[in-house]
Order: sequence, then C-alpha cells, then structure tokens
Amino acid sequence: MVSAGVIATMLTRFIPFIAFRPGKPTPKCILYLGKVLPASVFALLVVYCLRHIHSFSPDSVAQLVSVGFTILIHAWKRSLMWSIAAGTICYMALIRI
Amino acid sequence: MGKRKTALGQAFRSSVPIMAGYGFLGLTYGIYMHELGFSFVYPMLLAITVYAGSAEFLLGNMLLGSFHPLQAFLMVLMVNARHLFYGLSMLEEYKGLGWKKFFLIFGMSDETFALASTTKIPEGTDKGWYLLWLTWLDETYWVVGATLGGLIGPFLTFNLKGIDFVLTAMFTAIFADNWFRENDHTSSLAGLVISGLCLLIFSADHFIIPSMVIILTFLTLKKRKA
Repeated sequence: MVSAGVIATMLTRFIPFIAFRPGKPTPKCILYLGKVLPASVFALLVVYCLRHIHSFSPDSVAQLVSVGFTILIHAWKRSLMWSIAAGTICYMALIRI
Repeated sequence: MGKRKTALGQAFRSSVPIMAGYGFLGLTYGIYMHELGFSFVYPMLLAITVYAGSAEFLLGNMLLGSFHPLQAFLMVLMVNARHLFYGLSMLEEYKGLGWKKFFLIFGMSDETFALASTTKIPEGTDKGWYLLWLTWLDETYWVVGATLGGLIGPFLTFNLKGIDFVLTAMFTAIFADNWFRENDHTSSLAGLVISGLCLLIFSADHFIIPSMVIILTFLTLKKRKA
C-alpha cells in the first residue's frame, strides 16, 4: 500500500515532464480538470474522514462541531496552520468532557 | 565549489519560513503516526519516499484499515493531482538542468513550488544549484520533523487521544480555503453531494472509488455542455 502511494505520487510529478514538451500547448481538458478537480477532491476527503459518523453519538457530535469550528476559524484567520491546530485542539478538548 | 556555496546560502535564506512550517507539521505527523501505533521508521520512510504531506497522513490512516492497494493508489493520485500542474508550470523553468532535474521533480512540493515559481533568483547565483538546494532543504526539514515526531511520541507524558483529528481538520481547512476563494462553488458542492450519496449507498469501506468515477464523469460532462 505504501508503494502504491509512492508510485501514485511519482506519477503526478513526472508525467508532465515526460508527456508534454516545453512550448507546446497543453490539452484544454487537462487544464480544465486541473482547475475544477481539487475542490471536489477535498470535499471527498472531508467526507472520507467523517465516514464513520452514524448516529448522534458523542464522538460524532464532537467531530461535526470541530469541523464547524475549523471552518469558522478559517473564515476568520484564513491561515491553514491556525485552522488545523484550532480544529484538532477543539476535538481533543470535546472528547474529554 | 564557490557557486554551490553561494547558492546554498541564498536557498537557505529563502527557505527559513518553510523550515518553521515543515518542522512543525512534520513533528505533528510523526506524533500522529506514533498515536496510530507505528514506530518512527514509518513516518521517516514515508517522508522520504512519498514526501507529500497530506498523502502521508492519509496513507497512515489507510494502513490501519484493510488492505486496499488500488484505493490507496487512487486516493494518493487524486490528492497529489495538483503536482501535475506544478510540473506543467515548471516545464520551462527546469529545462536544461540535466541530472538536477530528476531531484527537482522528485522533491516538488506546494511550498517549494511557491518559492521556486515566485522568488527572483539573485544575480550571479547559479539557478540549478539554487533550485536544487531549495528542494533538498525543504525535504530535509520535513523528514527531520517527521522522524523527530516519531521518536519523541513515546516520551510525551500527556494523553494525545484525538490527535488523529488533524487529518480531518487539514482537509476541512483546505476545503474551506478553496470555498472562500472560488467564485463558482459547483465543484466543491458536487464533491460533497456525490461522495455523501455514495457513502450512503456503498458503505464506508467501498464508497471512494465510485465517488471518484462519478465526480470525474460529472465534471467532464459539465465541461462539454459549457
């Protein structure tokens, strides 16, 4: 599984240099997907992280509240480091109450 | 020899902010992996070989579950798809750098790309060596941070239960960051709705691949119509 991860990462890094020559225009569909795909992928990853939420168990509530808190802090500070730290600390605090 | 040293000095100065960021996040990654039950060898090896922050967190998380190499491959491919576009932007910049190019491509990261594509290389500095040092310094910060985190993890006396939420917080923050910057929320919303529905239909263990296929199809079809 680790090697699958290594291969996937390396593919994304080396393909452009192998497939496209400098100075030639890049296919439009590639440019388009590059622009729109990341937003969907991160939405999918958020859902992936929350996939074990089922009922309103205390842990599920803590996760949802912390996700909300992360977004709130990000709206305020607009700094990834701050939001990640705040969200994680919020969750760690909530599961201890 | 002289030009290598000058380039190292210049690259080091540019890389100081990254040292702080990577050092801290790398440390967190090492501690996170320790909490998941891995020895420091895992974060160290993943940091050296994968060297892509969010993908490494994700792999740690997936290593705990059942063995799904195809899913791991596709997830990492999607998370790192943005490297494709860094590569495309650097095609011209990295041209004619010979063997150094291999390491520059291998060590591409968000921060290195940001620096390499925006910083003006000072007059008289050898471009190839400057970029190479920059790439290597950044990678070193990350690997050292991750290894240290894995090593100190066992000695932390306070209870770190819940630190694995850092993965969720990271993706949530990146998602929010996209959301606040984009004018058109279609892609973000499509990602949420499609993967949410797939989760309901296919269950937590099997929803990733169908979600990816449907998202790709949806976005491609939308482009055709536009």
